[in-house]
Amino acid sequence: MSRTDIRITGFGGQGVVLSGYIIGRACAINASQHATMIQSFGPEARGSACSATLAISDSEVLYPYISRPDVFVVMSTEGYDKYRDELKDDGILVYEQNLVHPTLKEGQPSFGVPSTRIAESLGRTIVQNIVMLGFFAASAQIVSREDMRDAVKSSVPPGTEELNLKAFDAGCAHFDETYGEKKEEVGAAAANQG
Amino acid sequence: MKADPAGVLTGAHYLDGDFACGEGAMAAGCRFTAGYPITPSTEVVERISRRFPMMGGTFIQMEDELASMAAVVGASWTGTKCLTVTSGPGFSLMMENIGLGAMMETPLVVVNVQRGGPSTGLPTMTGQADMMQARWGSHGDYRLIALSPQSPQESFDLMIDAFNLSEEYRVPVLFMMDECVGHMTEKVVIPPADEIEIVPRKLTDKPPGEFLPYKANGNGVPEFARAGDGYRFHTTGLTHDERGYPVMSAECQEELIPRLINKITDNVDKISRFDEENTDGADVVLVTYGITARVARMGIDMARKKGVKVGVIRLIVVWPFPEQHIRDLASKIKAFVVPEINLGQMVLEVERCAGGKAETILVPHAGGGVHNPQDICDAILRAAK
Amino acid sequence: MSVTIEEVEAAAQKHPVAPYLRMDRMPHIWCPTCGIGTVMKCYAQALEEADVDMDKAAIVSGIGCTGRVAGYMNLDAFHSTHGRAIPFATGVKLGRPELLVTVFSGDGDLSGIGGNHFIHAARRNMDLLVILVNNFIYGMTGGQNAPTTPLTAKSSTMPFGNFEEPFNLPHLAASCGAVYVARWTCLHTRRLTKSFQEAIDRRGFRFIEVIAPCSTLYARLNRLGSGFDLMRFYHDSAEIKHGADPKEVGIDFQDKIICGKFIDEDRPAMHERMDAHYKKVLGDKYVPMPPEGGWLHE
Repeated sequence: MSRTDIRITGFGGQGVVLSGYIIGRACAINASQHATMIQSFGPEARGSACSATLAISDSEVLYPYISRPDVFVVMSTEGYDKYRDELKDDGILVYEQNLVHPTLKEGQPSFGVPSTRIAESLGRTIVQNIVMLGFFAASAQIVSREDMRDAVKSSVPPGTEELNLKAFDAGCAHFDETYGEKKEEVGAAAANQG
Repeated sequence: MKADPAGVLTGAHYLDGDFACGEGAMAAGCRFTAGYPITPSTEVVERISRRFPMMGGTFIQMEDELASMAAVVGASWTGTKCLTVTSGPGFSLMMENIGLGAMMETPLVVVNVQRGGPSTGLPTMTGQADMMQARWGSHGDYRLIALSPQSPQESFDLMIDAFNLSEEYRVPVLFMMDECVGHMTEKVVIPPADEIEIVPRKLTDKPPGEFLPYKANGNGVPEFARAGDGYRFHTTGLTHDERGYPVMSAECQEELIPRLINKITDNVDKISRFDEENTDGADVVLVTYGITARVARMGIDMARKKGVKVGVIRLIVVWPFPEQHIRDLASKIKAFVVPEINLGQMVLEVERCAGGKAETILVPHAGGGVHNPQDICDAILRAAK
Repeated sequence: MSVTIEEVEAAAQKHPVAPYLRMDRMPHIWCPTCGIGTVMKCYAQALEEADVDMDKAAIVSGIGCTGRVAGYMNLDAFHSTHGRAIPFATGVKLGRPELLVTVFSGDGDLSGIGGNHFIHAARRNMDLLVILVNNFIYGMTGGQNAPTTPLTAKSSTMPFGNFEEPFNLPHLAASCGAVYVARWTCLHTRRLTKSFQEAIDRRGFRFIEVIAPCSTLYARLNRLGSGFDLMRFYHDSAEIKHGADPKEVGIDFQDKIICGKFIDEDRPAMHERMDAHYKKVLGDKYVPMPPEGGWLHE
């Protein structure tokens, strides 16, 4: 059994839960894996630091909660501060580089993306999370870009597919341009800078 | 008969347990829901209220859970399949008219997405501490049926069974989910409508003059006449005779109440459902249900690696409890281990049935989370000694 | 002259409202001089005069003396739980909207334990005819104080006289949105019957309060005399004022009782609004509830 745990965090309104939903859907429906998503509920979900977790496995997920994520997707400083210590030492950090300024451990793979700015350039800030998902798909490589892309298409409101897919593709493209073939080295280099 | 396709969202979905539960109700033919918002169950009625207008269903948000429960009992008497949805605090309020549903023999389903209690407790976090309330919560003697799903997929699948059982035995069926299952999103496959078997309301074919609303058939269950079909029946929460007329006597009570109980207890073998695994030759048998059953499997795997022969009974229908089966097992094993997210509820039933022939060990959890699998493994190791 | 039981039964069957009652349940449980039987008879007569299809009429009661009315009416009848007649009836109505659904219960049941349901059903204009028999006291449990007990009146739990302000029920109903509000005493049998008949033909939340004597408890605890004295009191103290401001019709102890029709408006009932709203916002996607027969799975 191999299991990958992911935490996504951001502030309310950024589409954290939808992001978790799309990753889960890509894994569970498109990639025939098991994926259990849990979202944070209650007052903490209505503003400030909002969070969703995913347990992705090739067999049934028996324990639904996560404690030490393998991948940490961060879209706000507050979320980063709240959950940063959980991330496994060799876990992958994926972050919104204009909103989050991480303190990186040595050798920790990390990938930053100006997802808000990219979303703005597409005309709608609201698709920031989908840019992030494209970037996540390309960087974390948990599930294929195609499966993620399909999940985006079938999860966003009808009529917004084109914009969202454009956002997704822009996120992927940013990864390819910035980290490209040599992502390991670049990631490590970024870590060292931190 | 087969399900009405209007309520069946055939396909593979990524849904949380609450949504899956709502889809299960609609697929089962539910067309009336009354509810009052309460965390962590509200998503069930949110789902239903969004989809009902497209399938001829009616949702009404009532002023409280007393009203919600009364409304579903009333609506069921029009032949409509009815649902209400709540969590612990609302479940307490519903007990009044759950008793009325039992007394009037009204088919309906009540969902309780359990959270930590007592009182307001932990609204957004899980618990399994309403299991005895599901059994004994309303006053007086009665028997109901309760199911407990362990996943969003089961929240869909077992909802169909819940509605079917309520029609078959004319009782309120309690659907004992928990916050963890309710708020967990997983793959849910909804089959085509023609693969979903539905038990319709069993209407009498007797003409109005000859119909007795509480004359039971061989199964202990009376035939049904719905309001507006000319039967002009009378039904009451008072002790009543076969005509449905109040009779204030010990004799009438002696006729009625044992029948209400026996229609469940005499059919335990037909109603009971549990998964059983490796109990043959086991030293220790886990008795578990709901979300805890999933977590427990990790503890079981850990204990098996240490050489313990562990079997599992996972209760799907929790009430009526499979008494005889636990009794039979008790004489063959060393101990039962019962993990549950409460401080000892279903374990009492296991202990009672074990009758001292096997030890019974509780693995408690006060609520707000699920067990650490290691704790379950440790209990199994202790039990095996 | 002696009369046989058979002759009594035959005479009873010939009673004009016999078809509307469950004659096999007579005699009823109410005390001599109780007003509830009179109110029930007026209701039965109104069903006849309004030409109601009895197969399409349901009656729901709560618990208490008036709560027993459902048990005597020859309709689909529901004797529900204490205070819950209105939400129970809401379910019956929404399950099968073509039915005429009447709630028939007492002041303690509908305005005490069931008060929350009362105000919300009025607010959403549920299509229910609500008949409330007000005898100012909890009768079946033995004369305890009610939300309607007038100031200074004695009850078994206010043995030194009631010091809590009572509800003015027509005002409560009207301010919560009831479309038809009337009050009569059970002395006004013709007007009461006519009012029932009129309300049967209206839609939405229709509320009729009927003041009725309880000589066993209320009158005894307050030394108000015999049943006949109570009827004479109604005769002398009732004042008919159609269109009176409901705010002004509160009842003081042994003071005048303002009767009449206070509110008569036409507004769509809750289920009609729901239907119209969904038609408007959902268009072709909307599937209305089956107008006949509810959701029966053949």
